[in-house]
Amino acid sequence: MEMVNIKINGVDVQAPQGSTILEAARLANIEIPTLCYLKEINAIGACRICVVEVKGARTLVTACVYPINEGMEIFTNTPKVIESRKKTLQLILSDHDKKCTSCVRSKNCELQKLCHDYGVDDADRFQGVANKFELDDSAAHMVRDNNKCILCRRCVAACEKTQGIGVIGANERGFATFIGSAFDMDLADTACISCGQCIAVCPVGALYEKDNTKEVFDAIADPKKHVIVQTAPAVRAALAEEFGYPVGTDSQGKMFAALRRLGFDKVFDTNFSADLTIMEEGTEFLDRLNNGGKLPLITSCSPGWIRYAEHYFPDFLDNLSSCKSPQQMFGAVAKSYYAEKNNIPKEDIVCVSVMPCTAKKFEIGREDQAANGVPDVDFVLTTRELARMIDRAGLMFDALPDEEADAPLGLGTGAAVIFGATGGVMEAALRTVVEIVTGKEAPSLDFVDVRGIEGVKEATYDVGGTTVKVAVASGTANARKVLEAVRNGEKEYHFIEIMGCPGGCVNGGGQPIQPASVRNFVDIRAERAKVLYEIDKNNPLRKSHENPAVKELYDTYLEKPGSHRAHELLHTKYKARDLYK
Amino acid sequence: MLRAKKQTVPFKGTKEQENQLKQVIKELRDEKGCLMPIMQKAQDIYGYLPIEVQKIISDELSVPMEKVYGVATFYAQFNLMPKGDYQISVCLGTACYVKGSGNIFNKIKTTLKIDSGECTPDGKFSLDACRCIGACGLAPVMTVNDEVYGRLTVDEVETILQKYA
Ligand code: SF4
Ligand code: SF4
Ligand code: SF4
Ligand code: FES
Repeated sequence: MEMVNIKINGVDVQAPQGSTILEAARLANIEIPTLCYLKEINAIGACRICVVEVKGARTLVTACVYPINEGMEIFTNTPKVIESRKKTLQLILSDHDKKCTSCVRSKNCELQKLCHDYGVDDADRFQGVANKFELDDSAAHMVRDNNKCILCRRCVAACEKTQGIGVIGANERGFATFIGSAFDMDLADTACISCGQCIAVCPVGALYEKDNTKEVFDAIADPKKHVIVQTAPAVRAALAEEFGYPVGTDSQGKMFAALRRLGFDKVFDTNFSADLTIMEEGTEFLDRLNNGGKLPLITSCSPGWIRYAEHYFPDFLDNLSSCKSPQQMFGAVAKSYYAEKNNIPKEDIVCVSVMPCTAKKFEIGREDQAANGVPDVDFVLTTRELARMIDRAGLMFDALPDEEADAPLGLGTGAAVIFGATGGVMEAALRTVVEIVTGKEAPSLDFVDVRGIEGVKEATYDVGGTTVKVAVASGTANARKVLEAVRNGEKEYHFIEIMGCPGGCVNGGGQPIQPASVRNFVDIRAERAKVLYEIDKNNPLRKSHENPAVKELYDTYLEKPGSHRAHELLHTKYKARDLYK
Repeated sequence: MLRAKKQTVPFKGTKEQENQLKQVIKELRDEKGCLMPIMQKAQDIYGYLPIEVQKIISDELSVPMEKVYGVATFYAQFNLMPKGDYQISVCLGTACYVKGSGNIFNKIKTTLKIDSGECTPDGKFSLDACRCIGACGLAPVMTVNDEVYGRLTVDEVETILQKYA
């Protein structure tokens, strides 16, 4: 790589050609703040918080997009630079609802932190007339409060580019500009897929999930209710971040301990039903493969992806696995098998799930997700909401011991835990399918071709003499690429895994929000995924069909994968949805 | 149903207009930056850009409708509402404003039950505010199509509107 010599604040620095000032400064351990810029997502050079002085340049330049060149002399912290950043912040604040004390992002708000760092002592310096926007709380999963929006447009870029959706954008111009949908439609009336990627990139408190923490606290306090909780694989890869731990910290043990101390009657694990999903979906795949069923089979664990398919690719609905998502399978089993075994009326069970995902909040209200006449799942909390509950309950996260989930619905294998990373479902399915078909364990349980954060991956495997072509896509813009290639005959696959969020659930819209200062330099998808592969590696059980609790469920209740009862409880249907209501 | 913003006038587009628009899109679609010119042509064809028209553009070009709407609301040249048979324009320039044109504007709004930039559901009247039209001697001033009404009082508004009803 060709290196360029520059000086930053008088110090010699070497940085790769093509770097921006922002990147080069980072190599010299100097932080430059950014607001509109977010690596791989948004680079529009609009907010000017990142300005620096460059010797010879007439004006301050924006470090986030400005490339370095040989001999450049850069100053990142002169009084002029600091004054300019402060003024930028004060201008933002002149049209900002500054109620930090009641704001969901207080403590990890990028605007708040910068105001603090740059000594914004007078928040009302440029106060004039301010916009007053109505809250959009129409959607099942989230709220938009444009009174806190700083118009950085990261959400717009995430929705349009990363996800290939584009239901939000900038409307009107100048002072009247706001982020909204076409014809100012409510978000609920658009073809938003509830992925929450917009929330995950928002630097401030303008976007947030619908909060259900109060309902869950109330249920726990109700002596008549038997409140059980399940946690998705990806939650344990990130929860600790909410308590100041670095990205990539394994939170599993403390997570179970915290849930128990919050007062849940049983602490279970979605890993259990992820294994169950593999049994059902693997069976479905083999059935379609051997009996001329519709191929490629496409996974159905990600409700963001499912909604995407229903709105944007209705011609692929028959390709979707009929399996409910692991979250819903868990609820359906809890309110039948578990309820009957323990003599608890299903009406008294409150099934809470902790998810890295906002689309799960939409999913619980879908049709055909109440297998026992009561909703499979009652409340969905995001990873962030769980952290809020832990804070509110006064649990000192640092001091929590490592604990395990409860049997039987808390038992899961290594195959289940990797569901949280892109490629994980495919790998888990292959571990089981190969063994069912050949009667022998696969030569290696590590299907490394389908691992990694690339948006689209392909691999070919020999499954007992049959060549099986698979593809894995994450992020719906990548899903679109794969589906279009299949649709026009360019590509042929037998099995496709699709996750709605880029990198899979580890990077879901309900995960802890990392600021640009982290995201610009750390790949949060890869770091969190490592946690899951590590847990998998250390689990003595690494194949879904070896999960003893799942085996017992089949032996004593469901009979076998794909049975009539399994279909009643664990499978569902899809429907085409319009682009606009 | 679409909860379209301020859409008070039923859409009356014809099949011919739609074909004309689709033809325009076909001709321009491969050019870079074709969205604006297509929207301008669409406005020439329909007179304005209601949701039905933006939907055609969005579907044909495979761009999200929000993209079209964002452009339509960014540039003042695009109308989201049709113009009425009678286009009312009230001057809110300084001279007219100090003489009370704001009250006249409000009176028209309440009488016709429409907001600035909108059109009555029967397609008869549309209302806009304008900047100084150079008739300050007659302040406050409003125009209905080419007719100019000067030295107006709020009480005269209804009588004038009735002439066109
Ligand atoms: S968005 Fe940030 S600065 Fe604004 S009120 Fe919330 S915490 Fe405070
Ligand atoms: S939730 Fe996803 S689809 Fe909906 S607006 Fe946000 S990014 Fe777009
Ligand atoms: S909602 Fe958040 S991400 Fe979107 S433009 Fe506003 S501040 Fe930026
Ligand atoms: S202009 Fe560089 S971060 Fe916004």
